[in-house]
Amino acid sequence: MPGGAARSLTPGVLRLLHGVGRLAAKLRRELGHSLKKRIWGLAPFILLVLAFELLPLLLVVVNGFRNSEGTGFSLAQYQIALTNPYYLQSIGNSLLISLLSSVFGLAVAMVGSYSLTRIAPRIRDFVLMYSGMTANFAGVPLAFAFIIMLGQNGYINIILRHLDLHWLEGFNIYTWKGLVLIYTYFQIPLGILVLYPAFAGIRREWMECASTLGASGAQFWIHIGVPVLSRSILGTFSLLFANAMGAYATAMALTAGNYNLLPIRIGDLISGYMFLNPYLASALSVLLGAVLVCAVVANDLLARQQRGVSHERG
Amino acid sequence: MREGNVRHYLVVAAIVLFLLLPLIGTLLYALATNWQTTILPESYSLSWFIKLFADPRFLPSLCRSCLVSGITILVNLAVMIPAIFIVHVYLPRWDRLLQAVITIPFAIPGVILAVGLISIYSKGPVAIAGTIWILIGAYFVVILPFMYWAIKNSLNAINAVVLMEAAETMGAPAWKAFLMVILPNILKGVTHAAMISFSILLGEFVIANILAGGSYETVQVFLYGRMKESGHLSSAIVVVYYLLIFIVSAVLILLGGYLNKRPET
Repeated sequence: MPGGAARSLTPGVLRLLHGVGRLAAKLRRELGHSLKKRIWGLAPFILLVLAFELLPLLLVVVNGFRNSEGTGFSLAQYQIALTNPYYLQSIGNSLLISLLSSVFGLAVAMVGSYSLTRIAPRIRDFVLMYSGMTANFAGVPLAFAFIIMLGQNGYINIILRHLDLHWLEGFNIYTWKGLVLIYTYFQIPLGILVLYPAFAGIRREWMECASTLGASGAQFWIHIGVPVLSRSILGTFSLLFANAMGAYATAMALTAGNYNLLPIRIGDLISGYMFLNPYLASALSVLLGAVLVCAVVANDLLARQQRGVSHERG
Repeated sequence: MREGNVRHYLVVAAIVLFLLLPLIGTLLYALATNWQTTILPESYSLSWFIKLFADPRFLPSLCRSCLVSGITILVNLAVMIPAIFIVHVYLPRWDRLLQAVITIPFAIPGVILAVGLISIYSKGPVAIAGTIWILIGAYFVVILPFMYWAIKNSLNAINAVVLMEAAETMGAPAWKAFLMVILPNILKGVTHAAMISFSILLGEFVIANILAGGSYETVQVFLYGRMKESGHLSSAIVVVYYLLIFIVSAVLILLGGYLNKRPET
């Protein structure tokens, strides 16, 4: 037996065998487990997500390119959506109400978030918790609560009438002004919840430094505060805007679908009493989705431009 | 206290008051026997609540809402905990894809999801529109983002990867380590997500109205129908279901606290 050669070969062979063994074990672990056992753990999830999220959304995109009989490939639905004054108006109204309510909601949330950083922590925590609770007060109950408040016999109207004040004479809750007011209501707590952490990051020392160097409060906010927070503010704005664009329940409950908004039109085309056209509903859905994507992308681009002046937050 | 602070307290108080007004109004309206011309209601009673519970459609609709929310949350937990666990521990490279899939429902309004769902499930082999099943499926998707982040954060917090390695080194089979070590430790984080999901689902209107409507009437759809008839009755509905959300949340918080304490005893 040529022992010497064997002995010199052994470590190499052993190492090779060991390597092969490790690789096989790794392969078995990766493939064997992940493809056999692990796929069973993932299967229900994949199945449900396909059935109730991905396939339906894919179908929305596909159906938007059908003719009104639901066959072939056609741009007819987009042509209707983008030329018919009725649908154009719904898009315009949705954009207007979302824009206004996001601007108002954001403004209040910014002032509120800043004030929250300047009051006692116990009260602040309570207000934040309370904001979290009211953020859930939306949709049908909210529209209804505003009707009680500001409808024809709303209690605020009654109180003002008793006080002989005529502030709300020209205000009608069932119009676009009412919608902007209610949308602003549900934007405020959401805005505060998202913005407060950013405002909490503004150090009191920065303001003190700025004022030591002679800057006024307004100067501090214009040159330091707002630029530092710009990413958070823009991000919050696009979140609020998207939130308002997709809102359906509040408007439906307030105006019974009489005010022309994009989500209401989409809902009517698949479940209304007048006439149904799921293909047009799909095209309008894609347009609504496109607006939301644009809001996110625009916000992302703006944020990237601002990156030079804004600080990184984890 | 500095003089500037008063201004901040006033700002916060004004916002809180604005956010409080509709809630107070709803509560007073539910308790007021009559409120037409006076500044505050003329008299208070529980008569609207009594009328509400006598309505044969109210309790069933509330039960349907609870049933569909409860089943959805349980199914979601049963499906998502193993799935997120497997991806987190064994297939971390797939986590980005998982996150993308999970974020979609957060970005897409319910009405768009409803358009897609109704074109699949209103006819054909799986015509489940108008039943509890389509709502469970749709709601499963709606609460995905909340459940995902709760489960994911819990797995991160307990260092699941290291725990699994430790358990397997000591010879425990993976399924046993998952059931005995991982699952009990993430349940607390999960109860919070279940609570949020419950209040979201109980308030969900778009999908319920479009996909099920009157044939599987949830409490929101019932409220929508009653709104035009009586303001007082509608207020009572809102008060009852917010009370229910409050009770369920309290129970889940207590349960979460109990689950959290148990390992120490």
